[in-house]
Amino acid sequence: MSKLGDLGARLHRGEVGYDFIGNRKIWYGISILITITAIVALAVRGLNMGIEFQGGAVFTTPKTNVSVTQAQEYAEEASGHDAIVQELGSGSLRIQVGGLDTEKSDQVRAQLSKDLNVPENKIAAELVGPSWGEQIATKAWTGLAVFMILVVIYLAIAFEWRMAVAALIALIHDLTITVGIYSLVGFEVTVGTVIGLLTILGYSLYDTVVVFDSLKEQTKGITKQTRWTYSEIANRSINGTLVRSINTTVVALLPVAGLLFIGGGVLGAGMLNDISLSLFVGLAAGAYSSIFIATPLVADLKEREPAMKALKKRVLAKRAAAAAKGESLDEGTDLAEGALAGEAAVVGQGRRGRSSENRG
Amino acid sequence: MAAPKKGRRPAGGQSRPGRALALILIAMVALTGGMFWSGHTTPRLGIDLAGGTSITLKAKAEPGQESAVNETNMNTAVGIIERRVNGLGVSEAEVQTQGRENIIVNIPKGTNEKQAREQVGTTAQLYFRPVLAVAAAEQPATPNATTSPTPKPSASGATADKGKTDKSATPTATASTQGRAVTEALKAPSPTPTSTTTPKSTGSPKTDTPADPATAALQQKFATLNCLDPKQRTAASKGVLPTDTTVACGKNAIGQWEKYLLGPAEVDGKDVDDAKGVFDQQRGMWIVTMDFTSGGAKKFQKITGKLSQQQEPQNQFAIVLDGEVVSAPSVRTTLSANAEISGSFNQESAQDLGNILSYGALPLTFDTQSVDTVTAALGGEQLEAGLIAGAIGLGLVIIYLVVYYRGLSLIAILSLGVSALLTYVIMALLGPAIGFALNLPAVCGAIVAIGITADSFIVYFERIRDEIREGRTMRPAVERAWPRARRTILVSDFVSFLAAAVLFVVTVGKVQGFAFTLGLTTLLDIVVVFLFTKPVMTLLARTKFFGNGHKWSGLDPKRLGAQPPLRRTRRQSVSAAGPVDPKEA
Repeated sequence: MSKLGDLGARLHRGEVGYDFIGNRKIWYGISILITITAIVALAVRGLNMGIEFQGGAVFTTPKTNVSVTQAQEYAEEASGHDAIVQELGSGSLRIQVGGLDTEKSDQVRAQLSKDLNVPENKIAAELVGPSWGEQIATKAWTGLAVFMILVVIYLAIAFEWRMAVAALIALIHDLTITVGIYSLVGFEVTVGTVIGLLTILGYSLYDTVVVFDSLKEQTKGITKQTRWTYSEIANRSINGTLVRSINTTVVALLPVAGLLFIGGGVLGAGMLNDISLSLFVGLAAGAYSSIFIATPLVADLKEREPAMKALKKRVLAKRAAAAAKGESLDEGTDLAEGALAGEAAVVGQGRRGRSSENRG
Repeated sequence: MAAPKKGRRPAGGQSRPGRALALILIAMVALTGGMFWSGHTTPRLGIDLAGGTSITLKAKAEPGQESAVNETNMNTAVGIIERRVNGLGVSEAEVQTQGRENIIVNIPKGTNEKQAREQVGTTAQLYFRPVLAVAAAEQPATPNATTSPTPKPSASGATADKGKTDKSATPTATASTQGRAVTEALKAPSPTPTSTTTPKSTGSPKTDTPADPATAALQQKFATLNCLDPKQRTAASKGVLPTDTTVACGKNAIGQWEKYLLGPAEVDGKDVDDAKGVFDQQRGMWIVTMDFTSGGAKKFQKITGKLSQQQEPQNQFAIVLDGEVVSAPSVRTTLSANAEISGSFNQESAQDLGNILSYGALPLTFDTQSVDTVTAALGGEQLEAGLIAGAIGLGLVIIYLVVYYRGLSLIAILSLGVSALLTYVIMALLGPAIGFALNLPAVCGAIVAIGITADSFIVYFERIRDEIREGRTMRPAVERAWPRARRTILVSDFVSFLAAAVLFVVTVGKVQGFAFTLGLTTLLDIVVVFLFTKPVMTLLARTKFFGNGHKWSGLDPKRLGAQPPLRRTRRQSVSAAGPVDPKEA
């Protein structure tokens, strides 16, 4: 507890110095594992596609005395298809019947109204033809593709192509994890899910962009100094924006959690629930990927550049020389600092040494 | 990419927070005033929240005619569907295109949803059928209706037309000797006493009719059909094949219902190449011109050739749309590829008929994609759940902000409030302006946007705290933090807006409502941060509470672990210089 409290206080003071980049192999490994799990789950179990994607009907009745099993019998008898019946928080029933076309579902609704002894106009019905979901899915894919292309172009111009690539990989990573969780848990995929998933696009990148923005700022004029390598500065910008990332994620998740638990709790399954569930999963994945995947990837890509390689060499040489002279690095001169872009680049300079103590 | 210039430039507009605040205040007052003035003080609710039926149709082009799904055709289709739905007595039904190939029909609660669905779901079918008999719309139970097979005023219109050009066909709806017409038309070997001529025999089929049962049934149907009853009108055309002889209702030139006995379809909508309501300069009247396809021209030639030999009323052909006679012009000569219909048209009716004719020519059919019927009770429940969820989400965010940012949270909460107010007012105004309707996904979008809006403050606050950690005092910290925070906010909001815009353009239906809200709130976020949060922050930095970093201000240098300044000289110069605006490259 005290350790957690201590971390909280240090987060508050902006003092954390975890070595994200140094441990990137671990995070890559974890992400690859999760991604493979997601893909396998998707291949083996597939997705539980909702009514919107198969064609069928969802009927929502007002409060009735009919039991769930009884209602299920009625629905299956009336439709000749399997029915899923859920009781909602308000005591009403949600009856879902797959494989119906819009014509047939009308008859089923009329029959249900008789069986359940509820006036027909009190039964809400969502009748979906089989091609509707397909249309939504096609449009969603188009949207996804268009958005990815535009955002990569934008990031490549606003930042650089390496960041665009890293952001894209992080985005795909988030989507894969979200889809994987849906497949594993067997949550139903509805139009609401698709909406949520598409929203993750914006959110996931939003988070990544904030970290990149700080990274870009801190690495201005990086070749003019010999104190730090690109990776080290990248690590510091992650740490520098960590508080913000955590706060942003918490603040974004709170309303979504409200939607998920309260909205869903009152109404049972429904669009509120579907959107918020996929958002919840995707947001968490997005926060993770912007810290553990996107930025380390940028550092990796950057370190391949000749300029950065040369810088690393100079930095290491300087450190070796300093070590030979017995000088402490942390209290080193501020000579190089002036060459760096802004003071922000030196925030936390004295705390680099803490990274080891945070490990574990 | 150059290092930021550190100068003593006055911070430009930023040092005049009053202006920005005045601007946003004026905007808020103006918008709110506009909202009350327009009388739309609540956002228009979508079907899923208010209750009602929403039907999504997707246009399907026939093979080889994919280009038929275009804007003009879709708009014509919307017009036709609107006529149909509003013909059911639905006043507020709205029909609109969505995306390139979808039509959304929203029917508010309290209408006959089932009937509406049937009307909307069917494809418009247009046929030209020869008229075999016409009669007034009778009400068998009412004697005065049955005793009046008198010539309609429109008959005189037909007479007046006689002197006109040969090429013209006149929309007439002539009630005459229908008994003879029916028998002749159906070619019954022996004269069948038809019920229409005599009120007392209404509805009783004659047993001595040697005609085949189908003919007898049809005669009876014609006799008993009451066109004044909307149900019977719809029922009359149900399941009728183009090759059938049938009965149908239609309004005559003066808007009275009449019933028709019609022969098998000779020409159908696909045979019409184009039709328009045009003003004939020479005659000074509105007419409808029709162009037929080559196949259609042959068929039309055949039917007009036949009809022009006939007597009234059998020299007419009826233009039947969806089982209803739209017009029944009489034919005086054989017509072929081009034809015109003249009569007592006004601009509207001429263009209407032109549209109908060309719509019948469209190679478009519609598939029902989804039908969403929401009862008012369920809609209300969902709205309530959404609002509760939003309130709780907002409450949680506020608690978190207060705990974490203490005094600063005041600014955040005020900004969220401004943002919420603007969102609400704009949504209310967009209802009448562009038909925006708040649906469930839009509510979700608004709730999700709380996070996006709050994030901008977090970015800014964290920047200020960074500056304070470096040992700056409050006022310079607020000014120095702004340009950096501003850039981050703009860059990330742009990404968010891009996602919303792409979603809005590419997708349909519910996804679109969500994207719209998200995009709107992202834009408002920028407005609020620039015109409200930042100026208020500047003002508050001048107060003692914030400026001196009170323990509860959220900006206490000690709590934030501010470093003793590394370069004393420089820091002094900075604080002496007052607000500094480091210009980003």
